[in-house]
Amino acid sequence: MSDDHGHNPRPLSDVERRAQALEELLTEKGIVSGEFIDRVVEAFARDIGPMNGAKVVARAWVDPGYRQRLLADGSAAVAELGFGGPEGDHIVAVENTPEVHNVVVCTLCSCYPWPVLGLPPTWYKSPPYRSRMVREPRALLAEMGCEVPEDVEIRVWDSSAEVRYLVLPERPAATDGVGEAELAALVSRDAMIGVARP
Amino acid sequence: MDGVHDLGGMEGFGPVEVEPDEPTFHHDWEGRTFAIAGGALGAGGFNTPMFRHAIERMDPGHYLTSSYYEHWLTGVATLLVEAEMISCDDLDARAGGFPLSRPVSDAAGDVDVATANETARFSVGDPVRVRDVQFAGHTRCPRYIRGRRGVVARVDAAAPIPEVEAHRRERVLDPNYSVRFDAAELWSDASEPNACVHVDLYERYLESV
Repeated sequence: MSDDHGHNPRPLSDVERRAQALEELLTEKGIVSGEFIDRVVEAFARDIGPMNGAKVVARAWVDPGYRQRLLADGSAAVAELGFGGPEGDHIVAVENTPEVHNVVVCTLCSCYPWPVLGLPPTWYKSPPYRSRMVREPRALLAEMGCEVPEDVEIRVWDSSAEVRYLVLPERPAATDGVGEAELAALVSRDAMIGVARP
Repeated sequence: MDGVHDLGGMEGFGPVEVEPDEPTFHHDWEGRTFAIAGGALGAGGFNTPMFRHAIERMDPGHYLTSSYYEHWLTGVATLLVEAEMISCDDLDARAGGFPLSRPVSDAAGDVDVATANETARFSVGDPVRVRDVQFAGHTRCPRYIRGRRGVVARVDAAAPIPEVEAHRRERVLDPNYSVRFDAAELWSDASEPNACVHVDLYERYLESV
């Protein structure tokens, strides 16, 4: 550690010591380079995130042809906007309607469509979310601030194999004539997971 | 394996804690571990099922009390030690102790790991039941749907079954389906009305009804 600028550095936690040990061993052996690590961290911290998915959703809202292509082949449609990569080979978009609300979970681990949403938030990976969303979705959604009326069917998608799901939310009311970029700014990560409405 | 990672439907975990404006990584080590895992898994020729299974093999207490990126750290270190790319002693010496996952079980399972199949036997709308799959290694058939009846909602391309991919450097293909289960079938008539769960399943987990 080299961040000691005249004051006492914070002692490393156990997990930080382990992470440092693994990084040292792997870089010394030439298995992973520091440059590679920096590049990946920067890509996921800056370039790969829900702003990508928001562009996909906004395009689907303004372009009916694109919407159809997105619902028919999610991976091909997101590739049209330049998005793809790990965890993006089998993207399926599921569309919210006045009758159906979709929500995504991974009960076995934390599968998530990285190219369009980035890395998942902590709550998505947590035991409470993973255990409860399949069992009491309406109650959990309400707890998370997303009230789904009783007459709207809730479809939970447990991404247990190859497919990664993206929720296509309903376009908000009174947005006729709003431009694509402004629409994208209305699309939240949570709406694309299905725990919020835009 | 019927491990602690198979969380669907379990009770008692309490509320979902949401952190507003959460950063992608909370600490430097998280992002670096994420990147290291990607690089090291590639260098060692490990696939995603192998990595997932290494995480599932963590001590259950450790799994439930550690963060996602600590799972990644433990899982990737376990695979690298098992492949003798690094040594457990080196990790321990540098870190002052480095808990790894438990060894792979070699117990027999009842998933056919020999026969490849690329032709889907079921079609959209077909009723199916999930077999009572028992497999001590890596499987993607969650506990909460075993023995339950559902309807095929989507037919996907054949994909390599995790029961083989996680354990041998081979691929045995099987068609994939999205199967729709009504909430009442999973959780009894006392469950929430007007809800269903779709689960993506390999054909060999399913039987006709």
